[in-house]
Amino acid sequence: MKPFTTFESAIAVLPVDNIDTDQIIPARFLKTTTKAGLGLNVFADWRCEKDGTAKADFPLNQPAAQGAEVLIAGDNFGCGSSREHAPWALTDGGFRAVVSTSFADIFYGNSLKNGLLPIKVSAEVHQKLLASGSGAKVKVDLENQTLTLPDGTTTTFPVDAFPKRCMLLGVDELGYLLQFEQEIAAYETTHTATYDTRTVFAK
Amino acid sequence: MTQKTLYDKIWESHVVAQREGEPALLYVDLQLAHEVTSPQAFDGLRARGLKIRRPDRHIMTIDHSIPTTDRSKPIADPIAAKQIDQMKLNCAEFGVPLMTPGTGHNGVVHVFSPELGLIQPGMTLVCGDSHTATHGAFGVLAFGIGTSQVEMVMATQCLLQHRSKNLRVNVTGTLKPGVTAKDIILALIAQIGVGGGTGCVIEYTGEAIRSLSMEGRMTISNMSIEAGARAGLIAPDQVTFDYLKGRQFAPKGSEWDAAVAKWKTFVTDEGAVFDKDVTIDGSSLEPMITYGTNPAMGIPVTGSVPDPASLPAGVERDGLVKALTYMGMEAGKPIIGHPVDVVFVGSCTNGRIEDLRAAASILKGRKVSPKTRTLIVPGSEVVKKEAEAEGLDKIFTEAGAEWREPGCSMCLAMNGDMLQPGQVCVGTSNRNFEGRMGPGGRTLLASPITAAASAIAGAVADPRRFA
Repeated sequence: MKPFTTFESAIAVLPVDNIDTDQIIPARFLKTTTKAGLGLNVFADWRCEKDGTAKADFPLNQPAAQGAEVLIAGDNFGCGSSREHAPWALTDGGFRAVVSTSFADIFYGNSLKNGLLPIKVSAEVHQKLLASGSGAKVKVDLENQTLTLPDGTTTTFPVDAFPKRCMLLGVDELGYLLQFEQEIAAYETTHTATYDTRTVFAK
Repeated sequence: MTQKTLYDKIWESHVVAQREGEPALLYVDLQLAHEVTSPQAFDGLRARGLKIRRPDRHIMTIDHSIPTTDRSKPIADPIAAKQIDQMKLNCAEFGVPLMTPGTGHNGVVHVFSPELGLIQPGMTLVCGDSHTATHGAFGVLAFGIGTSQVEMVMATQCLLQHRSKNLRVNVTGTLKPGVTAKDIILALIAQIGVGGGTGCVIEYTGEAIRSLSMEGRMTISNMSIEAGARAGLIAPDQVTFDYLKGRQFAPKGSEWDAAVAKWKTFVTDEGAVFDKDVTIDGSSLEPMITYGTNPAMGIPVTGSVPDPASLPAGVERDGLVKALTYMGMEAGKPIIGHPVDVVFVGSCTNGRIEDLRAAASILKGRKVSPKTRTLIVPGSEVVKKEAEAEGLDKIFTEAGAEWREPGCSMCLAMNGDMLQPGQVCVGTSNRNFEGRMGPGGRTLLASPITAAASAIAGAVADPRRFA
């Protein structure tokens, strides 16, 4: 994971509530065994007609939304399946942050682990961003936890200290977990397994 | 001593370490995995030169990509075939058991594992699959995780976690005939919304929950995620112990009594405080069905499709208009009689033996509508065998339904079982999102008996008509 740096970008506005991970990346694209290339199919069924041509009325297909690295979406973004393919598809599709009034739990956690910043804002700020429309510019500063809106005003957003540090440094949680080998081994001496799954075919 | 909830007790007994201001290391007793969300985790281990730390605490299956047609034939889709082959290679290389088809225990990840007695009260369990919440029915803290976390658990048997809030859902009273576990959970989600449980672990309590079998309890806990909750929990009781007794991985002999005594402590203490409380009058519930494109868009089967005009202008009204347009539903119209092209009985929500018995009770001696293709997909090889021993397969095929091999099938349409654009399916699965059963497909979620009744009528039907 690359360190997450402060950046300015155009926004792409997708004003729909409860966007689920089946819309972000439909299940039929989950047969891949790698992470690469999922961006080609991000929002596939909303973006394209059956024959693969772009749907002109889909907000992310508008010229103003091209090149945007910040997605402005409706409430409860990322609900549904736990597929990490959703943040993989969004980052592979060029997004570095998603702004909403709320996020589904698993998606939120998955995003932070993949360099995609979920930014939770108030309904008022959200309204302002929707009204600005695709193409308007924002600035994302994770270090100071601020989002600068197209009108120049700045709002703060919450993010836990631990994933924030990981994102800023570009390190992952597994490296952190591996430091606890001693504690894990000690726990296992008192918390013994009641069965061994590998005996499943033994009888 | 302060009174604790069931969630508090499981959480506290699994915290390995926690540094000031950082998330806790939570120990995972069992990790389940399937072919879709694990390949990149295995790759991650290889890249770092790591092993699976505790292969004895892992068990895996093939369920999402696998066809539910004749298993003796090769898999037609080369990408699915590759994913399945990769799963076999990964499990062999890392020394973890894989329930491949034909072993007698292959099945949907959340169906085969309870059958083996692997799921025991007080445990923690994870899987790269949001319906992992299913196992909360046993008083187990079970939740879905992303692939990065699958890799972390493989490598360390631990996860970094923040404690969730406690939400109690109390379902009072006695259910009316024709009302099932599926109807309880669809009614709850309709009431609190798809984000109603965000940040929470739900504990289901009350007479209506206690009256359910383990299969029914799994159906409820399974869909906790559809309300946005991290997990669901149902405290273990005699029903739980009776289900577990004699299963392959259940304790035996004197160990059994000791285990039951321990399991009985995994209940919420009298007087423990919940962050939120929701009460549902179980005796007032009707069979439920969804009309829209998220699981909260549900109504009693006797009800009418909501009218967007009744909502104030805004994103919510726009969302309802979008959903009704996608679904081809007319605002204000009764949902009974809405034409149905396909019926799907199966999935981790309703693919267990009791669900198939329920569907068979309606289909016995009747015929499905010639307009309606009906797929009955057992959740596992065990369920299939049991159903065949009881003659349920004959009831289904004589009614004109298709009797398939186990798998996730049409629930997420990865394996070739899918709707054509515009088709309407009454499904016993868990998600009615746009395109979930295939691009342009329209899904109505309901119980196995409502699905079976709709198959006969060729249109949405009240199961009590066929009781």
